[in-house]
Amino acid sequence: MSNNVNDWLNDHGDYLYRFALARLKDTHQAEDAVQETMLAAIKNNSFEGDSSIRTWLTGILKHKIIDMQRKLIREQPVSDIIDLDASDESMDDFFDKTGHWLDKPQSFDMPDHALEQSQFLSVLDACMQKLPKKLKVIFMLRDVHEMENENICKELDITPTNAWVMLYRARMGLRKCLEMNWVKG
Amino acid sequence: MLTCKQASQLISQSLDHPLSWYELMQLRLHLMMCGACNRFRKQLNVLRVGLRKIRANVENDSAIQLPLDAKARIVEKVRSDQHAK
Repeated sequence: MSNNVNDWLNDHGDYLYRFALARLKDTHQAEDAVQETMLAAIKNNSFEGDSSIRTWLTGILKHKIIDMQRKLIREQPVSDIIDLDASDESMDDFFDKTGHWLDKPQSFDMPDHALEQSQFLSVLDACMQKLPKKLKVIFMLRDVHEMENENICKELDITPTNAWVMLYRARMGLRKCLEMNWVKG
Repeated sequence: MLTCKQASQLISQSLDHPLSWYELMQLRLHLMMCGACNRFRKQLNVLRVGLRKIRANVENDSAIQLPLDAKARIVEKVRSDQHAK
């Protein structure tokens, strides 16, 4: 059986590792995710001929990545990762009392030019890392792992209203951070 | 009439679930007249495209490989797991 694992890793290991790294952004976690995928693949060899091995393994990996997020969430006090007070008032930094923008959003575009684009993306990445922890968890689940809202609410045990308020605040902060830090060359 | 604050909330929500017909109409009406909220909507789109791009860049970077020692560890782990049974 471990011959299988050898073959899988030779043929798809790099791909799976990159897939995991793109989402987990941590080499150790990415390695763990690939390992969990191999263990699961060997255990319930549910591969069916109508998909490619890579597709099958990637499907398992996706689940493992979500599992890891889930575990991460469970290991922390809820009050650390969820802002249950998230309310309308917390947006007072962005709007005046009559609901008008205090600072009107500026236009920014993703640059076409390769070098500029990679600079833009690293600013975006840095801004994301700077998100408050309470917003980062849910933002990552939704906009990086692209989990469905419904599942996010189940995982975090929050209401849809909580979820959208937190996502809104995270996006609001992120685009503000980009506005302030992205200076076109 | 929606305020900019309300409009921006609907714009964000529209990324997560379909808006109701009424919400959509109100939002469209607001966007027809408000440049700031249009730019906000575009900003959120750029965020989304940017995040996908960051992911794709890692996924397609053939210089990133599963390190050999990691591979060896995984093979060893699978082997010892099977012997444990």
